[in-house]
Amino acid sequence: MHIRFWGTRGSLPVSLTAADIKHKIVESLVAAAGRSFRTRQDAQSFVEKELPFSVSHTYGGNSSCVELDVGSGDYVLCDLGTGARPFGLHVLTQKKPAKSSTFHVFLSHLHWDHIMGFPFLVPAYIPGNRIVIYGCHEAIEQAFRKQHSAPCFPVDFSQLAAQIEFVRLEPGKRHRVAGFEVTPKLQMHGGDSYGYRFEHGGKTVVYSTDSEHKTDDQASTREFVEFFNKADLVIFDAMYSLAETVSVKEDWGHSSNIVGVELCQLAQAKHLCLFHHEPVYSDAKIASVLEETLRLEQITRDGPPLRISSAYDGMEIVI
Amino acid sequence: MQVSAQRYADVLMVTVDGRIDYVNAEEFKTALMPHLSNGTTGGNQVVLDLSRLEYISSAGLRVLMIAAREAKAKQGKLIAVALQPVVREIFEISKFTLVFQLFDSVQEALQKISPAALAAMKSG
Repeated sequence: MHIRFWGTRGSLPVSLTAADIKHKIVESLVAAAGRSFRTRQDAQSFVEKELPFSVSHTYGGNSSCVELDVGSGDYVLCDLGTGARPFGLHVLTQKKPAKSSTFHVFLSHLHWDHIMGFPFLVPAYIPGNRIVIYGCHEAIEQAFRKQHSAPCFPVDFSQLAAQIEFVRLEPGKRHRVAGFEVTPKLQMHGGDSYGYRFEHGGKTVVYSTDSEHKTDDQASTREFVEFFNKADLVIFDAMYSLAETVSVKEDWGHSSNIVGVELCQLAQAKHLCLFHHEPVYSDAKIASVLEETLRLEQITRDGPPLRISSAYDGMEIVI
Repeated sequence: MQVSAQRYADVLMVTVDGRIDYVNAEEFKTALMPHLSNGTTGGNQVVLDLSRLEYISSAGLRVLMIAAREAKAKQGKLIAVALQPVVREIFEISKFTLVFQLFDSVQEALQKISPAALAAMKSG
């Protein structure tokens, strides 16, 4: 299974500024001082192997959108944040114009950053395509229609050429969609959110974003340990520090890297992917959160090692 | 996990022993909070001696945050001292170092916040 991250930023999309780019170039030049590169390939190798990721790349700024690809021909997505726009463009480069496709989209919730990419999802404007939007909230269709309404957007929902369907799922129940066994789970977030456990061919991915965890609540912690149980990959909302989530940002509906490590260790999950990055964080800050999380896993490990990565726009994980 | 307390002048020294995780965090809260109520009244300070704390999870840290709020509400202060290296790193990674004033030892903390308490402790 290939998991592609089209949007990884929390709350609202962000972009690198001119100053950010200048800083990266200066850092790169300083790191390259005294070096010479005979070929373009040598320079590329230096960038990829010797510069820190936060200097040579960026974590990106599109909001939540993750693709699960098992090669079935249908597309399976989690959320339709602004990452849905580059995803849609990618689809167009893959398919002949006349070829229609089916898209299955699982929504964590209806907050803006998780649906705002839909009006820019080009396949929604192409006749013959079918888009099925799954979720546990009652007002999914209403939210999508409102988002397309005047005066906020010039193209009304009724003008979309693709066939668009809405399917309400029941939390806690296993559903069979596009070859996956999918189980939604209620999470703590303003207006509720839902995580999804996807199982296919003996592999399991959990998509759990916009979810606050009060880990002193034993019953809730046990529920999430069960939800994450032995997952090959857990995509986890690690937007804030733990100190923030239990103080000034308590009840904001988000979690931390610390809680991600704890739940994955208890669940014996294999890979934790930090997701839904705080929009004010720079690339360097996100990289430092990853470093600290790796260290935490190391000093608290009481079993097999837990692999940890930090999601970035364009990242692909194969399980 | 055990919590015990001893008063030195205007400082209540609370010692925490063992490991705190999601299973015993509530028990930790029940054991700790009465000391906060007693210790911080009237601006007194509570020093948490964590030299025998082996591990603390997010659930335990949440209890400490609640305790710090309780102390502040009573115009008191909660200070953590003598953290073992692993616990110190957990404080740093969780950013609890921005919330708690930390000292390397009990003596250093008392020297700074209450020489009277330090003298009381030394006199036994």
